[in-house]
Amino acid sequence: MSGYWSGIITLLSINVVFAYGIYLAVATGQLNLGGAGFQALGAYAAAWLCAEQGWPIWATLGASAVVAGGIGFAFAFPILRLKGVYLVLGTFAFAEVVAGVIINSDALGGAMGLPVPEFIDWNVPAIAAVCVALFCFYLMSTRLGLAVRAVHDDDVVCDLLGVDVRLVRVALFALGAALAGFAGGLYAHAYTYVEVQTFNASLSIYVLLYVLLGGAQTAWGPLAGAAFFTLLPELLRNTLPAMKSGLYALFGAEGSMSPPDESWRFVALGVVTVLMMVFRSEGLITRTMVERISHPFRSTRKEAL
Amino acid sequence: MLLIQQIVNGLMLGSVYVTVAVAFTLTISILNFLNFTIPTLFMVAGMVGWGLAFFGLPFGLGGPLPWPLALAAGIAVAVACSLIVERFTFRYMKMKHGDSTEHAIPLVSSLGFLLILENLVRISYGSDAQRFPGPGADLTANIGGIFVRVPQLVSFVLVIGLILGLVWVINATRTGRGLRAIAENPDAAALLGVEPNRVVPIVFMLTGMLCGLAGALFAVNYGEVSPQMGEDIGSKAIAGMVVGGLGSLWGAVAGGVIVGLIEMLTIHFFGADTVQAAVWGALLITLLIRPQGLFGHNAIGKGKL
Repeated sequence: MSGYWSGIITLLSINVVFAYGIYLAVATGQLNLGGAGFQALGAYAAAWLCAEQGWPIWATLGASAVVAGGIGFAFAFPILRLKGVYLVLGTFAFAEVVAGVIINSDALGGAMGLPVPEFIDWNVPAIAAVCVALFCFYLMSTRLGLAVRAVHDDDVVCDLLGVDVRLVRVALFALGAALAGFAGGLYAHAYTYVEVQTFNASLSIYVLLYVLLGGAQTAWGPLAGAAFFTLLPELLRNTLPAMKSGLYALFGAEGSMSPPDESWRFVALGVVTVLMMVFRSEGLITRTMVERISHPFRSTRKEAL
Repeated sequence: MLLIQQIVNGLMLGSVYVTVAVAFTLTISILNFLNFTIPTLFMVAGMVGWGLAFFGLPFGLGGPLPWPLALAAGIAVAVACSLIVERFTFRYMKMKHGDSTEHAIPLVSSLGFLLILENLVRISYGSDAQRFPGPGADLTANIGGIFVRVPQLVSFVLVIGLILGLVWVINATRTGRGLRAIAENPDAAALLGVEPNRVVPIVFMLTGMLCGLAGALFAVNYGEVSPQMGEDIGSKAIAGMVVGGLGSLWGAVAGGVIVGLIEMLTIHFFGADTVQAAVWGALLITLLIRPQGLFGHNAIGKGKL
């Protein structure tokens, strides 16, 4: 397999695992805008244990999930008292504090970052992504998954019907944090270098958008969102230069500048986000859509009667 | 003496944060909407102002503008962008599901606009920091051994005047009464003759003006603009808003000043790397211990301003 494709598969797999981590929190109605913080925890845990303690890869990957999940669990109790805008701000602040602490700790390399001696090829992240996706599908099909869906739709009624809303939220938030940390561990080994600047606010925003645009109602959503937005720039690779020179002509700013090609990808992501929120704010893949596809011959009209 | 100098610097820096924090507070308290485009509007005003002063108008319509005119045009562009954001976050948006992440729809939309605006600016003007050709930071006044830069002093006074004016608009004019009515209960306000489609754009216009002005003042004061300049200011302003109390104008003012002071004193005592952790730590601690902030109310978006 060529380096190009293995690079894409690695990135795609890490994004899928990361998106599922955020999805588990969003599925209970909690917007987690601190994804980068949990990924940074996992990545640094794996990097430090590998570089300083010489742990084998399977152990560092496990540890990355455990560390991020543990901290996510401890953080979930106070933070999930908050709702709506407060919760978004709280998780956002958490990610910034994690970055601030890491950049100031010499043991973790500070702003320089940490090299990771052990390398994993595309196959490990790919297998991990498949396992995580299957796990999330299974989770959503269990009784807990049913409770998650119910909590997302109406937490007050859930509480009245005997679902422990707080337990469901804390459990899913912590589990999601563990998956985000696991994605960080995969990142550390796949790119063999971690630096805190990678895990910035933009990363938290992107991954949340993957989940919300893919659709947070079913476990298909994060898969679709992460896949679409990771593969989109590769598909657009040829059309981009033409669009770019057109815009140069418009603003007359060619020559002295070197705008990064990445920018177009994010403009596209932004436009899709805005349009999706206007026309299909529940995300690309919804529960009804999945039901219709999985039972193509069942007439919905008959059921309604 | 050095400490007093730092405190004065903190106050001056705080006045920029105050302006942006007030913009955040306006949209949160009136519309219960965390508007993530605010830091971007700040950046747009600065960068477009720089672009016009350096390159001149697009389509080759005219040469470089003098810097005051360019900045005024930058502010106008920020207001225009803000009104476009209003169209796509509130005007055409029908709340239809009633699930618990519904409040997030405008928020997610504004994240989309953040990506669009920031990356369009990057594509047009490049992602490097640029020197702004204003009067610069050379003019200093010596007041009793404390050095204050004249542009900073002017903008400090300007910000105070602006906020007093804003308070007057909200408390004493017909428009302000409409805004307060919408903040209290949008449905009741609509029944009693306040037209949301007329009043809501005013919020966004004020937001755009505040951010644009802050961006312009920042460009003049620090003599530098970059596509990233909004991120830092935005995060400090959010921190200030939360510390001061969500939904309270004077809370935002106090919070902005407090964050400016925290920043300068942290730099003074611990060095520049710890600023981010200190500011976000203050935010996180406020959220965990006293979510309503120093001067805030218990519920946001419920008739508080």
